[in-house]
Amino acid sequence: MARFLLQRLLLIVPVILGIIFVTFVLVRSIPGDPCIAMLGERATPKTCSAFRERFGLNDNIPTQFLRYSTGLVTGDLGNSIKFGRPVGDILLERLPMTLELAIGSMLFAIAIGVPLGIISAYKHKSPMDAGAMVIANLGVSMPIFWLGLLLAGFFGVVLHDTPFSLPTGSRLTPGMTLPPLDKAWGLTDLEGIPRGFFLFLSNMFTVSAALQGKWAVMGDALEHLVLPSITLGTIPMAIIARLTRSNLLDVLGADYIRTARSKGLGERFVLFRHAMRNALLPLVTVIGLQFGALLGGAVLTETVFGLPGVGKFLVDSIFARDYPVVQGFTIIVAFLFVLMNLLVDISYAYIDPRIRLS
Amino acid sequence: MLLRQKAVEPGILRPARSASMWRNAWRHLLRNRSGQVGLLIIGILLLVAIFAPIIATHDPITFTDPNNRVRVTPCIHLFGCPSNEPQHIFGLDGNGRDLFSRVVHATRVSLFIGIATVTFAIIVGTLLGALSGYVGGWLDNVLMRLMDVLLAFPSLLLAIALVAVLRPLIVQGLNPLLPALFAIGFVGIPIYARIVRASVLSIKELDYVTADKALGVPASRTLFRTILPNALTPLIVQGTLGIASGILDAAALGFLGLGQQPPHPEWGTMLGVERNSVFNGPHLLIFPGLAIMLTVLAFNLLGDGLRDALDPRLNR
Repeated sequence: MARFLLQRLLLIVPVILGIIFVTFVLVRSIPGDPCIAMLGERATPKTCSAFRERFGLNDNIPTQFLRYSTGLVTGDLGNSIKFGRPVGDILLERLPMTLELAIGSMLFAIAIGVPLGIISAYKHKSPMDAGAMVIANLGVSMPIFWLGLLLAGFFGVVLHDTPFSLPTGSRLTPGMTLPPLDKAWGLTDLEGIPRGFFLFLSNMFTVSAALQGKWAVMGDALEHLVLPSITLGTIPMAIIARLTRSNLLDVLGADYIRTARSKGLGERFVLFRHAMRNALLPLVTVIGLQFGALLGGAVLTETVFGLPGVGKFLVDSIFARDYPVVQGFTIIVAFLFVLMNLLVDISYAYIDPRIRLS
Repeated sequence: MLLRQKAVEPGILRPARSASMWRNAWRHLLRNRSGQVGLLIIGILLLVAIFAPIIATHDPITFTDPNNRVRVTPCIHLFGCPSNEPQHIFGLDGNGRDLFSRVVHATRVSLFIGIATVTFAIIVGTLLGALSGYVGGWLDNVLMRLMDVLLAFPSLLLAIALVAVLRPLIVQGLNPLLPALFAIGFVGIPIYARIVRASVLSIKELDYVTADKALGVPASRTLFRTILPNALTPLIVQGTLGIASGILDAAALGFLGLGQQPPHPEWGTMLGVERNSVFNGPHLLIFPGLAIMLTVLAFNLLGDGLRDALDPRLNR
């Protein structure tokens, strides 16, 4: 197992270097001068040269790359040109929102997708199977921004003023406030990693509210996550349902299931103890891969629901030519994606010994 | 049945075995429920795209309501809409244009995007994958790590970044859709490269490939005539599903304002422009969205059907 781990870790090194390089090149090739994009009318040659000097844009590309890479190692992602703040801080403020959204949608996807797949496989070729598969097929074919708009319209406009109405924008109801966690706990003058940690946790509204014991705020934050999570979770839900169904159908036809049944074991026992264990194994991979894909869908979901996550901010930064932000965000998102794949590989090897040995 | 025929008439050796394989696949596809529905919808969509100017009741761009009404809900005479009111079966959009005509014309754009981007991705991906698998060594390593890196970015994000890079480079007068087309095609390349590489690797050491070599057949001919046809099946399935995701991505880019530009009709762009009309014109959101869903669904179903039809394990 240790050998396997080491092998996998070594394999991702070139990928990560490649990600940094590709991102750097891509960002540099966004046409247009960031100075003119930022300063607009005030962009005289003189202010621009001062501007370029300040953000190190005058150096040649290899020097910039080297400086950026050394910064990365020490956790320094540079400063945003537009906001003049460290990119790392902006990321720590916005990533928690997107993570909450991703976790929420994954929970939705699993909670609906797995049972749908089980029913569908167990009642193979019944109307229930057909219905479940229609839902799954529509789920993968629906543009998620459209689904978001429709959900917002239905729960926000049609059901407005009924008990079923759900919030369709922002993270908390106006009037609700949540102080940063470190302030609430009386911690001041935090530096370095603890400061980053609390910045991150404070912006994870659900967790922060729970840790502060503000249950009303936590409920409100959760309520605001419902529609975006359904929107973002529909595609993975459909994929999980289809996969669960086909896996379970394969397994239910296996000899050992027939043996289990002929031993006189109860149907429920056979299904959940014998069949499910093998059928759900490949789901680990899909769940991991979908998690990465969610980050792309988050751009659309955050746009539709006006949520302050990384996705929307990244797109805005691309158009503002805020190089450091685009660079930092893209690298971190791709890095998380690679890490997620690694975790999937490792957990898979842990669950299924055959993979470790081959 | 095939076997028995062969046993009875051992003398007849048909060289064109591949043709019978495709005919077989076609038969299976026509018997497959997903395949049937997918083919039917795609057929209708193709007809709509070809005959769009005839089907559309108004001009999609130049026609505007003479009374300057906007976002009027659908009016169909057959369903009791007063006959003194002009008929607009999908209603009017935010600029007083006929929504039905716009949705119909947009079919052309979306089908074109889906097919063009997948064709581009398959051609480039096949070349890269074949090269990678056939030559091997450091070239294989470099190309495949590059594909890994591309796959490490969420595809929509990569497409958005590419459009941002390419858009300002487009010279005036060129189709503004080009950056989006290229971006969507580009992010699809790694999948096809991987498929082709895998099938090249799996058969390049087999005896019949060695036989080619022994006979002195040029490497390029071996690659294109002997090896690549083996990759065709997964490519066809993946390509069909790729059309679906290409259409979805194009709609997403349009929604974000990065695809087709108004006033030209495109489903995603139409949704993006009218995203705040849930209250005062829900029909403006429903019809373009339904059109996207139906098209994507059709290609997904056809892809599933093809997968079943082409899978030799299932060939009864």
